[in-house]
Amino acid sequence: MRYSAFRLFLEGLQGQSGWKPVWRDAAPQASYDYVIVGGGGHGLATAHYLAKVYKKARIAVLEKGWIGGGNVGRNTTIIRSNYLLDGNEPLYEFSLKLWEGLEQDLNYNAMVSQRGILNLCHSDVQRDAYRRRGNAMILNGADAELLDQDQVREMAPFLDFENARFPIKGGLLQRRGGTVRHDAVAWGYARSADSHGVDIIQNCEVTGFRIENGAIRGLETGRGYIGTKKIGVAVAGSSSRVMAMAGLRLPIESHVLQAFVSEGLKPLIPGVITFGAGHFYISQSDKGGLVFGGDIDGYNSYAQRGNLPVVVDVLEGGMALMPMIGRARLLRMWGGIMDMSMDGSPVIDRTPIDGLYFNGGWCYGGFKATPASGYAFAHLLATDMPHETATQLRLDRFRTGALIDEKGAGAQPNLH
Amino acid sequence: MIINHPLLGPRDSQEFVYLGDASLIDRPNAMAETALDDFHDYLYLRDNPAGSHKELWFHEQGDRSWLVVTRDVTTHEITDVELASDYAKRRGRDR
Ligand SMILES: Cc1cc2nc3c(=O)[nH]c(=O)nc-3n(C[C@H](O)[C@H](O)[C@H](O)COP(=O)(O)OP(=O)(O)OC[C@H]3O[C@@H](n4cnc5c(N)ncnc54)[C@H](O)[C@@H]3O)c2cc1C
Repeated sequence: MRYSAFRLFLEGLQGQSGWKPVWRDAAPQASYDYVIVGGGGHGLATAHYLAKVYKKARIAVLEKGWIGGGNVGRNTTIIRSNYLLDGNEPLYEFSLKLWEGLEQDLNYNAMVSQRGILNLCHSDVQRDAYRRRGNAMILNGADAELLDQDQVREMAPFLDFENARFPIKGGLLQRRGGTVRHDAVAWGYARSADSHGVDIIQNCEVTGFRIENGAIRGLETGRGYIGTKKIGVAVAGSSSRVMAMAGLRLPIESHVLQAFVSEGLKPLIPGVITFGAGHFYISQSDKGGLVFGGDIDGYNSYAQRGNLPVVVDVLEGGMALMPMIGRARLLRMWGGIMDMSMDGSPVIDRTPIDGLYFNGGWCYGGFKATPASGYAFAHLLATDMPHETATQLRLDRFRTGALIDEKGAGAQPNLH
Repeated sequence: MIINHPLLGPRDSQEFVYLGDASLIDRPNAMAETALDDFHDYLYLRDNPAGSHKELWFHEQGDRSWLVVTRDVTTHEITDVELASDYAKRRGRDR
């Protein structure tokens, strides 16, 4: 069923009785040509592009819980393509372009809102670094503007410009960045994949791989054995656990990241704003809640909740940046498990096992990458070649030394 | 989280800096034939288990000792803490 204004009008006349479930509740078949493990944003996007762009059939997405129950439904919904390095930036810019056409492609309202993202700088050195980053972005076809203090003041007069310790000197603005309704991304991709014949199988945990002579033959699931020769794994925070079932160890640690939402307020924050002196970022949802977050907790964790020290740190960052938010009441907070890689950048690659492909290591920034990650992963699965925007996102870069370390922090996931 | 320091008693985890998996104590032999592979695995690959995890914490704002903490990473419950030097000696290192 296509969504349109006319359809909405018609349903209004018919007492909204004609709406159907957005995807089928498929039961697993005995075998598939392609099996995607993980029904998060990345897995669902992969299935969509595999079916729609690469014209493949007999595809299943296996999800241990329900669609949208993972990080795709837990993140703070920011999209941007403001990376520095050539290994990363083309993919994120490709992703932003896909976001711009996503709703037409999916015929689904994902509330893509290009309200802009502003990274504040607090020193001359930081301004230089932002200038360099902005130029790198422009070289990769993205947009970037360096703002001086007055221009920032015009956009966000409520910031604490004269903060004694961290005065605001300007910022790097990407106008095409913004936010997207995260659940709608999962639902929109699921609906489109389903309409292209993909089986979306929920409550179906993968519990093992069948591997013969170094090649994939199928997988064990909570709902029985499924035969297949190509498996794409996109399970975010569970990457190490799932790939361990194939005997692989990954350059990944799992860490918890927290997020916070205030009570609903009148429109206040114009776009996404990030503090450059501590780790704090904020935007305002369409319902009015201030959505904000900061650093990961900093130690291995599979508990989908964080601890108090980071809560304090995030709130202190917020108070230093915009003291007015001290008056708002906190409504909710939660945590999600992040696949933190050893250089802070993701992997979309084959593995040493024939027919087993891996997509992960997205750290705290994989939501914005959802469309491009799915596209590139579908390309890899369909053609056995890396997509042109993902040629450096290799699993063996840790062996060859071709790391993509945006921060230059080294093999220390809690510093990325 | 409270870390029960073997010398100083219960301390707030905020006083510590986290390094990671305690397997970092088992530094490979640089002279071995397989050193290239061994160091790749040592530096970059992790078991990253969802359960009991032995990990290195540094008491930076305390007595500056390294500890090996055994923690369930699904609940944050700490079941054992010992000095990293004791742990390392038990594993055949001289310090
Ligand atoms: C608090 C928070 C804030 C964030 N903010 C942002 C942001 O502002 N911008 C941004 O770009 N990114 C952000 N991220 C990161 C982003 O959410 C993730 O990188 C991204 O969602 C991960 O990809 P995914 O959607 O496929 O993951 P998920 O939705 O987690 O999907 C993985 C799925 O795999 C399933 N799975 C696991 N094991 C198995 C198994 N054995 N069998 C079958 N299925 C399995 C899980 O149930 C899960 O549904 C944030 C993350 C968090 C937690």
